[in-house]
Amino acid sequence: MDLIRLKNIYKQYKNGVTAIYDATISIRKGAFVFVIGGSGSGKSTLIKMLYREEKPTSGQIVVGGVNVAKLRNSKVYKLRRKVGIVFQDYRLLPKLTVYENVAFAMEVIGAPKKMARHQTLKALELVGLKNKVHNYPNQLSGGEQQRVAIARAIVNNPKLLLCDEPTGNLDPERSKEIMEVLELINEKRGTTIIMATHDKEIVNRMRKQVVTLKDGRIISNEEEGTYNEVV
Amino acid sequence: MRLFRMLGRSCRDAFKSVFRNFSLSLASISCITITLIIVAIAIVASFNVENFTKEIEKDLTIVVFMKNDATEEEINEVKDKVHNMSNVAKIDFESKKEVKEEMSKESEVFKTVMDGWSEEESPLKDTFRLKVKNVEKIGKTAKKIQKMDKVATVKYGEGMVDQLVSAFSSIEKVAYGVVIALVVVTVFLIINTIKLTIFSRKREISIMRLVGANNFTIKMPFIIEGMILGIIGSIIPIILITYGYLAFYNYFDGYLFTELIKLIKPEPFIYSVSGIVVLIGILVGTLGSSSAVRKYLKV
Repeated sequence: MDLIRLKNIYKQYKNGVTAIYDATISIRKGAFVFVIGGSGSGKSTLIKMLYREEKPTSGQIVVGGVNVAKLRNSKVYKLRRKVGIVFQDYRLLPKLTVYENVAFAMEVIGAPKKMARHQTLKALELVGLKNKVHNYPNQLSGGEQQRVAIARAIVNNPKLLLCDEPTGNLDPERSKEIMEVLELINEKRGTTIIMATHDKEIVNRMRKQVVTLKDGRIISNEEEGTYNEVV
Repeated sequence: MRLFRMLGRSCRDAFKSVFRNFSLSLASISCITITLIIVAIAIVASFNVENFTKEIEKDLTIVVFMKNDATEEEINEVKDKVHNMSNVAKIDFESKKEVKEEMSKESEVFKTVMDGWSEEESPLKDTFRLKVKNVEKIGKTAKKIQKMDKVATVKYGEGMVDQLVSAFSSIEKVAYGVVIALVVVTVFLIINTIKLTIFSRKREISIMRLVGANNFTIKMPFIIEGMILGIIGSIIPIILITYGYLAFYNYFDGYLFTELIKLIKPEPFIYSVSGIVVLIGILVGTLGSSSAVRKYLKV
């Protein structure tokens, strides 16, 4: 069953730059998908459209049965509760502890304290940071910070986890750890993961579905694919 | 339940933010304080002016003195005419004799002097005392009576009352002008404070949006922050006006300069004024914060 369907998506920015040309693709529930491509190929734009940070100029984007392209601004929060998002720069709150950073995501959607606590600890356990709950982000390594960000993204049990170059700031060893965590989430929770990356080694090692973008066009979509040298 | 949780969270965030950006909050609070002190003074003054105007109006009486040569018939004629005037509510007649008796009762000296007067020498006159329905038309009514036959003079305490009322009403107008100007300045200061709070919490707001917080949750803390600034800003004005008015009232013993100007009793008056001051504080704070949110927090 498809969780995501993109149909004839075009995205042109106000400055006239077209980021995505006629993208049509389906992603099934529970899939682990790499979106690869060089700088400016449209990876980030594609990811942003999936959590409705950007609206497509034309075309249809359906995420979990909701047409995201037509979603009103005031309703975007409903989509965001079903989608977890991880960035290259972690985006943690420096004044909050690891626990508070993760629980923050539950608190701001009005979850009861007990439930927030339970799910926060569960998420932190899954990413292997249960022993660092009282630490502040600046006391953690880059890899650990990214794991906190992942815990925050999955604390609400989203169906979809979007990762925009999550290993971009990390060395190969830490990147490997992050990928292990993501794979664990994909397998254990059945969360669909879409990850934009240009880390060739990761893509080739993991052998997942690979969508290749070049100059805003989808040029290939392979199951158990590898890093396409064309990009 | 969820709503209460979110409101609780918003209040906690708002309080934190007030103290986190304390120097900025202090500027807004000081401005609100100054505005509210003036507002409170204006309220106290205008309530008192209204009160004593009403008191004076209640006591306002036209006194009609008849000429000495007026016969009983002529007096009755005037009485009927006055009684039929539309603005006259009540009319009482006192004959020369009654006036003399009344004054004699008041003092022994009066009695001795007045006993020495013959009927022709007596300066006392037959008198009507009347109350009017509409005080604003009292001058017109008095003039009409003055024109009647056998009426010597008509008095209604003109002059002093008019001057007092007009003086107080101009003070009131100036006070309102100052208050409005200060409210506008305060609202702008609050907009600025909340704007900076929004900017300083930009990262937090963007994460809130990412994880699915709704507009209410994102905006509420900032609006509550404005309300808190308003409430804190009203504390000093309330203390000042409460103790200040009490001291003022006691110092003047309830009357200002003359027995004509009776001050409103402090209780429960100061409680109502305090209530109004807090409400205005909250209103000004909310107005500032909600316009800052509308302007700078596009969700």
